[in-house]
Amino acid sequence: MSIVLDRVRERFPADVVATHSDFGDDTALVLRERVVEILTFLRDDPELLFDFAMDLTGVDYLGEEPRFEVVYHLYSLEKKRRVRIKVRLHEDDPVIDTAVTVWPGIDWYEREAWDMYGIVFRGHPNLKRILMYEAFEGHPLRKDYPKAKRQPTIGPEE
Amino acid sequence: MAVRREKDGAPGYALTTLESLIAWGRKYSLYPFTFATACCGIEVMGAFGTHYDMSRFGAEVVRFSPRQADVLLVAGTINYKMAPVLKRIYDQMLEPKWVISMGACASSGGFYNNYTVLQGIDKIVPVDVYIPGCPPNPEGIIDAVVQIQKIIETGAPRAAERWPIK
Repeated sequence: MSIVLDRVRERFPADVVATHSDFGDDTALVLRERVVEILTFLRDDPELLFDFAMDLTGVDYLGEEPRFEVVYHLYSLEKKRRVRIKVRLHEDDPVIDTAVTVWPGIDWYEREAWDMYGIVFRGHPNLKRILMYEAFEGHPLRKDYPKAKRQPTIGPEE
Repeated sequence: MAVRREKDGAPGYALTTLESLIAWGRKYSLYPFTFATACCGIEVMGAFGTHYDMSRFGAEVVRFSPRQADVLLVAGTINYKMAPVLKRIYDQMLEPKWVISMGACASSGGFYNNYTVLQGIDKIVPVDVYIPGCPPNPEGIIDAVVQIQKIIETGAPRAAERWPIK
């Protein structure tokens, strides 16, 4: 098995729900309560040193429970390793702690996930829409957002 | 406009009206403002470049201030977040002004039939000439400029004069 997943499981035995390394892609599904601790550990552990948060995205598994998923893609420039951390969130409480405190560069990814999926990142310094305009209602990449829905066009200060 | 020239080299004379003289002047000094947001913008660059040479039609002086421009050339996808910017740019242009909607995206949203793309800029600004294509080639842009020249020459009403469409 992979060094990365072994280290994480060893350190957080109760919080890692599942892991797999299909096609060489290390993936760990963890609980949201301690996700920031796990991410901080991944960044700071001398054997892991995941210093580069390459991507964060949301997923909507409509019809499943928990419905939402947040995926972190991390890379270690030092060790040349990648890992994917997944967290599942319930529909009635799509809240997760922000990772801006771990990697400042993850700021805009979290704003995008908020904009597109309505996932709330608790403690984020500036959680507002990044792609859509402020007056837009709803979160368009949710699978239950109506495909043909059009919202009123807004003008300059009108 | 009638021009008469004497064969013997004596100075001729021209008969015209003030309106047609102004129209003649306007027609060959269209200052475009390019609002390029997508691949259509590359074709616009081609049209203004030396090969197609838009200056043959008197429309080569691209103005990057809307206050100095006559023609708004909207080249590319306009999404809802960009729409207020386009409207403001249009409002800042001085009369008389014309609008060219270039390509499928600007004219109708193109294949972006989704939550984020404005389904045609004629929802927010009056459009005089539409150019079909995805993207249109530079000949299309030249043809649109010639169409604008015809509108000016004939005194045909501009789209802004029948705006909004009921």
